[in-house]
Amino acid sequence: MSNDENLLLKLDGVTKRFPGVLALNAVSLEVRAGEVHGITGENGAGKSTLIKILTGAHSCDTGQIVFAGQQLKSLTPRKSMQLGIACIYQELNLIPHLSVVENIFLGREVRAIKGLCVLDRKGMLEQATKLLDNLGLHISATARTGSLGIGHQQMVEICRAVIANAKLIIMDEPTSSLSEKEAEDLFRIIHRVKAQGVTVLFISHRLAEVKQNCDRVTVMRDGQTVAQVDMAETSVDQLIKLMVGRDIKNKYPKEAAAQGDEVLSVSGLNRKGVLRDINFTLRAGEVLGFAGLVGSGRTETMRAITGADRKDSGQIQVFGKDVAIRTPRDSIDAGIAFLTEDRKEQGLVLIQSVAFNSTIVKLEQHARFGILKLKEITRVAERLARELQLRTPGIESPVGKLSGGNQQKVVIAKWLLSKARIFIFDEPTRGIDVGAKVEVYKLINALVAGGAGVIIVCSEMDEVMGMADRILVMHEGQITGELSGADATQEKIMYAASGMFLDGTPGAGQAAQGGELAQV
Amino acid sequence: MSEGTQAINGADPLPFVKKKSALSGRLYSLGVLISLLLLCCVMAVLSSRFLTVDNLMNVASQAAVSAIVSIGMFLAILTAGIDLSVGSILALSTMCMGVVCVNWGWNPYLSIAVCLGMGALLGLVNGLMLTKLHLPHPFISTLGMQKMARGIALVITAAAPISMFPKQVQFLGNNSVGRVPVSFILVAVLYILMFLFLNRTTVGRYIYSVGGNKEASRLSGIKVDNILNLVYTISGFTAALAGLVLAGRVNAVYPLAGIDYETDAIAAVIIGGASFFGGVGTIGNTIIGVLLIAVLRNGLNLLNVDSAYQTFAIGAVIIVAVYVDVIRQKVLKSGK
Repeated sequence: MSNDENLLLKLDGVTKRFPGVLALNAVSLEVRAGEVHGITGENGAGKSTLIKILTGAHSCDTGQIVFAGQQLKSLTPRKSMQLGIACIYQELNLIPHLSVVENIFLGREVRAIKGLCVLDRKGMLEQATKLLDNLGLHISATARTGSLGIGHQQMVEICRAVIANAKLIIMDEPTSSLSEKEAEDLFRIIHRVKAQGVTVLFISHRLAEVKQNCDRVTVMRDGQTVAQVDMAETSVDQLIKLMVGRDIKNKYPKEAAAQGDEVLSVSGLNRKGVLRDINFTLRAGEVLGFAGLVGSGRTETMRAITGADRKDSGQIQVFGKDVAIRTPRDSIDAGIAFLTEDRKEQGLVLIQSVAFNSTIVKLEQHARFGILKLKEITRVAERLARELQLRTPGIESPVGKLSGGNQQKVVIAKWLLSKARIFIFDEPTRGIDVGAKVEVYKLINALVAGGAGVIIVCSEMDEVMGMADRILVMHEGQITGELSGADATQEKIMYAASGMFLDGTPGAGQAAQGGELAQV
Repeated sequence: MSEGTQAINGADPLPFVKKKSALSGRLYSLGVLISLLLLCCVMAVLSSRFLTVDNLMNVASQAAVSAIVSIGMFLAILTAGIDLSVGSILALSTMCMGVVCVNWGWNPYLSIAVCLGMGALLGLVNGLMLTKLHLPHPFISTLGMQKMARGIALVITAAAPISMFPKQVQFLGNNSVGRVPVSFILVAVLYILMFLFLNRTTVGRYIYSVGGNKEASRLSGIKVDNILNLVYTISGFTAALAGLVLAGRVNAVYPLAGIDYETDAIAAVIIGGASFFGGVGTIGNTIIGVLLIAVLRNGLNLLNVDSAYQTFAIGAVIIVAVYVDVIRQKVLKSGK
């Protein structure tokens, strides 16, 4: 009972049923006041639904919520806000044209004279500046919010929650779009906020972060809470075991394949202000990793190679032959598949079916004289769905209804069907759960075993070290280091990623340039 | 594949569950169809003339022009765009035909080709304004085209109509096979062709893809610009074809023809369940939308309702249709 007094939030037997799906099944959750409480679980485990119950976006069918001693049957968005529950979503809710202080006070502006609509600008500015200082943030309160990096914008959201006197701040996958450095800053802020007595509910896939930053963790699986553990006494491996209900023996089931001829060679790739003199090659059977901070030009490199963006100069050879790639179509015809990081915006037509999406690249191979062979499309899509163990109601169901991991499988399916020999994965496992990650890695193994060349762009260092045969590190649009998978350490990668050239990088000219850069 | 994946996926790799979205899509089209039938019943009760063969054929031939215009409009809306210039393109194309055919005495078939070619060309210009000049939204470019085309149509003959067309030009709009108007057959053929085009060809699928997600389509190797140009060219072409039918029916072309046709077409497409956000809708539902509006107009005419009230009624129907769509989206979302 003494424990109960400490509880800020308690859920008891909360159940939420959607047509055909039991999203939450008698979920219990106990969050103590002033702790950082992690919620983790695979996609589809019910984390999002749980958040929506807490923010009042969904009402629960049965069950009870107790918040700060108040018993509640259900929440509405308004009620949730009044109680002091704030949620920071993956997509930030800031108005980019307004200043930081305006965003912090959005909707709860301080009036100079009560009842009048004259704003106390000076007071708000002072308060915001003080808060930013307290949290140790080097952000100007008058800066235009849109000009800040995504990490800083997130912190502005946190400030907003603090100003609103939030008792509980829910963060939904807050680090998914942050670089490691930004994520570290975020955790620093989280701990400061915690020190001010605010409770944080931290939802994340990244178990290392959960381990480092949470006091206690609730693990969800299949709509149920399966465990609530003290983080000090629990290892990451134990967490994984709880999440998936089994051991994942090897997080990165890397299998080296025999390396063959060069399949891709990029030389002198430039794009003004974005990329500078990118040179590298890729062999058949090789997994080449691109590491670096967010914004270091890795995605931009891939976009320039595949014709998604224009390039100013640069030669691309595929299988030893020069190819002119101006549009994505040219790149597809050359045998390159580009699996973008943003599946929803750039990878899939969400309202269309699995069959539609998986066959849309090189659709003409399923047609004669432009007339579709519908039966063949169905057959091919069903075969792939089976091979990739796609979890879907059927190949005619829209991909927007699938979980992140399954959406990624549809993206993979569509590029497998394009008959590409070079696969570029940009953040192949972003936003997908542990089990599905392993499946993606195994697919990458299968691709290189079949003689394809694979490039993976990863922000998680673990992942790139675990999966790549060779790693290129980028910084500000340049390649600053090359490491073999065996030699790579987090320190070496970070060193190169922060702009220092590693010894033994290919090309003396580049190293010289790097010297200058390092001095600047 | 691995012990890991099996635990996630369960025993059956493809557990087939109820296809909710497909079902709700069908429910909506069923709803529109039922509304159409209900409306027909109401009209039949209110007016004894409604359910006569003559009247129904009249509805069919009146609906024909709107039905043809709506094909192009459907494509434009399907690609998250709109074509506000269809009425003006109809007028300008048919005026050109009038000039070459009647004033200059060109061969009637050549004149028809001029009409259709002019429509397609103007449509292509609409497309190019979008894909080459990168105007922000076809709402802007086709609004500009609406005014420009109307202006030229008025200038050509100093606003005078042209009539006395040869029978070849009148064929589509004025002839019947037995009691079935040729225009009715034309509409049926066009809709069947468009259905096959959209659902059974690569290009049709590309149109849906571009409508659903332009960037993903581009990165999947679809030449998005070409698809959009094609869509607006088809829209111009169908507007001109509708103009040809209209010219045949009234045996005249006039520069103020087709005013407000875009409104009816947009209404028909939206009632048919297409989404302004693109990528959603079927051509089969569009024709139901067209018929619903045609029956409404015809019925109100039979009941001697003032045309001002008709205009009001069409507006109300549009809002109801869009509202139903909003509710449908909500139901879909909450079901997720």
